[in-house]
Amino acid sequence: MQPCRLFAEELACRRGDRLLLRRVGFRLVAGDALHLAGPNGIGKSSLLRILAGLMRPYAGRIDASGTIALSDERLPLDAHRPLGAALDFWRRLDGAGAQSSDFGLEDLHDVPVRYLSTGQRKRAALACLSASGTGIWLLDEPLNGLDAYWAGVAQAAIEAHRASGGIAVIASHQPLDLKGLVVLPLLDHLP
Amino acid sequence: MSRTAMSVTGRQLWLIFRRDCGLLLGGARGRGGATLPLLFFLSVAMLYPFAVGPDVRLLARTGAGVIWVAALLAAILPLDRLVEPDVETGFFDQWALRGLSEEAVMLVRIVAHWLCFGVPLMLATPIAAGLLSLEGTQLVRLELGLLAGTPGLAAIGVTIAALTAGLRAGAALGGLLLIPLAVPLLIFGAGSLQPGGEDGLALLAAASLVAVAVAPFAAGAAIRAARE
Repeated sequence: MQPCRLFAEELACRRGDRLLLRRVGFRLVAGDALHLAGPNGIGKSSLLRILAGLMRPYAGRIDASGTIALSDERLPLDAHRPLGAALDFWRRLDGAGAQSSDFGLEDLHDVPVRYLSTGQRKRAALACLSASGTGIWLLDEPLNGLDAYWAGVAQAAIEAHRASGGIAVIASHQPLDLKGLVVLPLLDHLP
Repeated sequence: MSRTAMSVTGRQLWLIFRRDCGLLLGGARGRGGATLPLLFFLSVAMLYPFAVGPDVRLLARTGAGVIWVAALLAAILPLDRLVEPDVETGFFDQWALRGLSEEAVMLVRIVAHWLCFGVPLMLATPIAAGLLSLEGTQLVRLELGLLAGTPGLAAIGVTIAALTAGLRAGAALGGLLLIPLAVPLLIFGAGSLQPGGEDGLALLAAASLVAVAVAPFAAGAAIRAARE
């Protein structure tokens, strides 16, 4: 994996006419993890989309090096296709190796994506992400819908990603149990 | 861009093309597939003789024009499911994150949509021509016209689908938008049917080419604008 970094300076985030956040800044290098903390609607997801480069920041600048992956509340898998085939599409697009068995999805390969439960969908999203081979992970509520066991597995996957030189930015209203996690309370950045 | 990066992008676009074709041809939950526009197209050709009577001369004179109108209206049917499901599920965002430009993805979708919409229409045209008792020469002109015109129709369709994706009542709006934009294709297409209609065919091909050339950029910009 190429060495990655993600620097943000003085970011401001606007949704419609409303300024959501201002003066958000951080510097992340390989192995770092950042927790964007704050209540619902504060602008966590918008901030992640800005960091992903999908939306322009209202002010400030981002300096990112490394490939970026975003996993948000939408599951980019074709609902009518069996999970295995739907995951294969991204695996082949990313030129990834064999399916990892980390998320316990083997038994669900023949099940159409639309029949998956909330937790299973989240696990499928995480499987997509970890197969993508990207350096910077942007995760929007990665533990939503996961039970205690799978929440542990998901956090272990994030740790493994960091250990291999990746960066994780996690937007969540839940507490996270990650080593050396930097918490960025977004309530401090209201306009 | 290096050679390897280009070949990776090419392989990715090929995978996207195959997925597009599978979804547009077969249809799936929420996507009509290729059969619905085709059945609509053939129904118009079947109903028209009932409506105007079995006068062979009248049918032969007006039939080819009816087929053009049917093709244009059939192009409205797949509009609402052409782009929107992939906006909703975040596919376009995921492709953008992988460095694939919206324009390239949209060009792929236009080609896939043409294959799954234009080509079946051209294959069904001999049947429609038979129902409307068109002569062989007219059928050849009609097929040539459709070959020139349907890529433009597909390009306009994808552009409108991208513009209306995520809008409430986007489907109805899409239908309304397609008609004026497709009128040049209809006029030149019908013009190419007249005796000495080669000029019409050339203009039709030109109009179609302009649509195909502009559409990936317009549709790509629409997808990006919808993110803000």
